[in-house]
Amino acid sequence: MIQAEPAGPVQVQEIAADDDVVRVRQVVRAAAVATKLNLVDQTKLVTAASELARNTLIYGGGGRAEVQPVANGFRRGIRIVFTDEGPGIPDVDRALTDGYTTGGGLGLGLSGARRLMDEFELWTEVGTGTVVTAVKWER
Amino acid sequence: MDRVPVLKIGDLLLVSIQVDLEDRLTTQLQEDLAERIVSTGAHGVIIDITALDIVDSFVGRMLATIASMSRVLDAETVVVGMRPAVAITLVELGLGLRGIRTALNVDLGMAMLRDLRQLHMGLPGTTPEDGARDLAGIS
Amino acid sequence: MDDKTAKRLAVMLAEHRPAVLEAWGATARETLRGRLGRTELARQLEDTYSALQSAFEGGATTAEDPAAAELRDVLVDLSRSRARQGFSATETAISVFGLKEALFSALTDKDAQTLSDYTALSLMVDKLGLFTFETYVNARDAVISEQSAQLMELSTPVVKLWEGVVAVPLIGTLDSARSQVVMERLLQALVETSSPFAILDITGVPAVDTQVAQHLLKTVVAAQLMGARCIVSGIRPQIAQTIVSLGIEFGDIVTKANLSDALQYALRESGIDIARRSTSSGN
Repeated sequence: MIQAEPAGPVQVQEIAADDDVVRVRQVVRAAAVATKLNLVDQTKLVTAASELARNTLIYGGGGRAEVQPVANGFRRGIRIVFTDEGPGIPDVDRALTDGYTTGGGLGLGLSGARRLMDEFELWTEVGTGTVVTAVKWER
Repeated sequence: MDRVPVLKIGDLLLVSIQVDLEDRLTTQLQEDLAERIVSTGAHGVIIDITALDIVDSFVGRMLATIASMSRVLDAETVVVGMRPAVAITLVELGLGLRGIRTALNVDLGMAMLRDLRQLHMGLPGTTPEDGARDLAGIS
Repeated sequence: MDDKTAKRLAVMLAEHRPAVLEAWGATARETLRGRLGRTELARQLEDTYSALQSAFEGGATTAEDPAAAELRDVLVDLSRSRARQGFSATETAISVFGLKEALFSALTDKDAQTLSDYTALSLMVDKLGLFTFETYVNARDAVISEQSAQLMELSTPVVKLWEGVVAVPLIGTLDSARSQVVMERLLQALVETSSPFAILDITGVPAVDTQVAQHLLKTVVAAQLMGARCIVSGIRPQIAQTIVSLGIEFGDIVTKANLSDALQYALRESGIDIARRSTSSGN
């Protein structure tokens, strides 16, 4: 379980088309800057969000992203949640292995995002959908 | 409908990526580049990513595709201007950018392409060590 | 603790408020030593008491309960202000614990139900005291962290050895945090000076652990990704052994015994030869 208390409002961004992936990046970047994450952590966070957003769009058939500042005691962070009602992931272990993809190309989406974030949780059910929750804490 | 501009400098093509890329622009860029390489007989392509604050697997794939495509058309590609935060994130992400040459900026990129071309043409004044230094293939 | 207990505790606290605040204040005053005025202390205790009451009224059954959010905020403020006033983490936590005894002595009817409820409250106050302690420690850590960061920036100089060659001579212990700062500064220097070569000299570093070795490795790989070459020089025998025993692949990374060799290598790779001036006369 990720120990994180909300420390600000949730921003929701629907992911239905390409442009939305860009919007998700912008929302996440703004939240990271507001929480004063350092540049490298910001970059890792936005990159992870971009990977997850694209996953939601391409494999999940669209969905939404929720971005929220969180805190754990004095430590601040940003939590991103990606939800879709798509086909779900049949073999989670395989999907989380570096380099795995069903769509061709590098397909580092999930495993890459996990490497970049400090906390990472995945819920998925075939035929129902997928929810990915991840947190980046300030250093 | 905006496109990513492709500039001709001598026998090199320069692409400066300023905007957030998504599918449509990326496909368009790849098509435009292929067409320009052939029509101008360019032997080198410089992709300037100084303005990119993140490089995710999508952009990574695009760069790899451009590099491969150019090679088929007898042109070498160099990616320049990668930001430190982006480089650090890519290392963490495990995205090695195999087969893609990089240089710190446009000037150094142009010098590299010149050396590569001279080597390729077997011109005097070059040694096998010069120019053949492949900065790609990071493991 | 269940919801009903919480509600009963809210009533208990309301009923005994004046007496408990008086007793609590008395014990808390003993440790002030002039660092905090009586009025201010009274206000702190009142705020905490009220917040605790509200938390129970709202049905809070644990310290982490959403209904206890305001209470946690009050304790965070308490913690911060006590830290500023020069109290230690322990003293601050003990102030919170003082509520237990104060309440116990104020309970007139100690029947089984009351004692059971008191025990539940006691456990909760313990958690709150620990929360206060931890908040204090975290706040202090944050200050230390910030100061360390500033110190690190100052002690990581980047030196331009030649046109196109920069060096970062490291001295002293490298910990994970410092090596990350080094990484960022080195890479930034590459961009700012447009230097295709960077030399990371660790002659002055006595030992490295896995994390640091991996950060150094990442620095080199990141530099390569950007289009520059990173040479590591000055690896001591002990460090070499550490690297090998940790199974870290230093594969295609160029390493040199010292800064001088590294510079020579970088210059040669840059196509620069340095020649001694001819000194014979009549030329």
